[in-house]
Amino acid sequence: MTTNALIYITLCVVLCLVSLRFDRAKTVAGLRKGWRMFRNIAVPFLNVLILVSIALYLIPPGFISKYLGAGSGVLGFITAALVGSITLIPGFISYPIAASLLQQGASYTVVATFMTTLMMVGVVTLPLESQYFGKRVAILRNFLNFVAAILIGLAVGMIL
Amino acid sequence: MSAYFQKMKPYLLITAFAVSVLVSYILGFEPGEVIAGHFAQSFVEMITFIPFLFIIVGLFDVWVPKKQIEKHIGPKSGAKGILLITLLAMLQAGPLYGAFPVAYILYKKGAGIRNTFIFLGAFSFMKIPLLGIEIAYLGIQFSIAKTVVALPLFIGIGYFMEWYLKDKNFTIRDLTEQQTDKRRTS
Repeated sequence: MTTNALIYITLCVVLCLVSLRFDRAKTVAGLRKGWRMFRNIAVPFLNVLILVSIALYLIPPGFISKYLGAGSGVLGFITAALVGSITLIPGFISYPIAASLLQQGASYTVVATFMTTLMMVGVVTLPLESQYFGKRVAILRNFLNFVAAILIGLAVGMIL
Repeated sequence: MSAYFQKMKPYLLITAFAVSVLVSYILGFEPGEVIAGHFAQSFVEMITFIPFLFIIVGLFDVWVPKKQIEKHIGPKSGAKGILLITLLAMLQAGPLYGAFPVAYILYKKGAGIRNTFIFLGAFSFMKIPLLGIEIAYLGIQFSIAKTVVALPLFIGIGYFMEWYLKDKNFTIRDLTEQQTDKRRTS
């Protein structure tokens, strides 16, 4: 059980109880609405998770350490930006990798770019994002975030 | 036939994936087993919080009046609105895909284009749970440097999106609404 799950389950139960206390019909309507939203997005969601797990297999932590390590230079920077943009690696995997990369002497620019693109850009989740925002806006958002992530990576590398 | 195919299209990848995993386990094909392991892990991560997140969004929809949201984080809310939406994003948790349904409900309640995109931006790099792990692994200097550079950029993206989408009939849609629309038009 992750912390995320604990936070959301607790909050959900508390809100449901409070809501029930005030208005039973409204609570039922809210639960229905939430459940319907979940059911409708469940299949696109599973598709994205399949893509995520295939991407994780194709780009294992060993690959990341090898190509983003000390002295990886411009190539490391480009790899960081591309891998970070395409994949969705959960924080509990990516931050330990980032920390060990820094310990092994990787540059802050490369590590920061990897982390910012990972956080801000999601190519594998684009199908899901398009469901909500439409394809054009989803692509535009990811493109702008990609530019921002690169700028942030470079700036953090200069500051630290 | 093609209508049937259109209907079954979303299930194509899932079916192919399920069959491949099954075959991998029978034949002892290692990559298949590794991918299945990754999938199981992210599936558990997703299923233990996403349904609850949607229920919270549903309750938010029935309880929170549009007027309140519009007043505090609507298009005319200015700097105070930006501050509030950033704080709201910081209180979230989980991967970015969890932010899309929240963005949908905020926009529906009148949060405005600018603040909705600032929400998505701040969600991606300023969530308190994320900052917690980040500070533990990369140090507080890293988090401060990143935030100081990133926040103005993402506020800028919010303004850009507002300017770009202003006259374009932009909406954030939930699949439930799209289905009712289809039913209505057909």
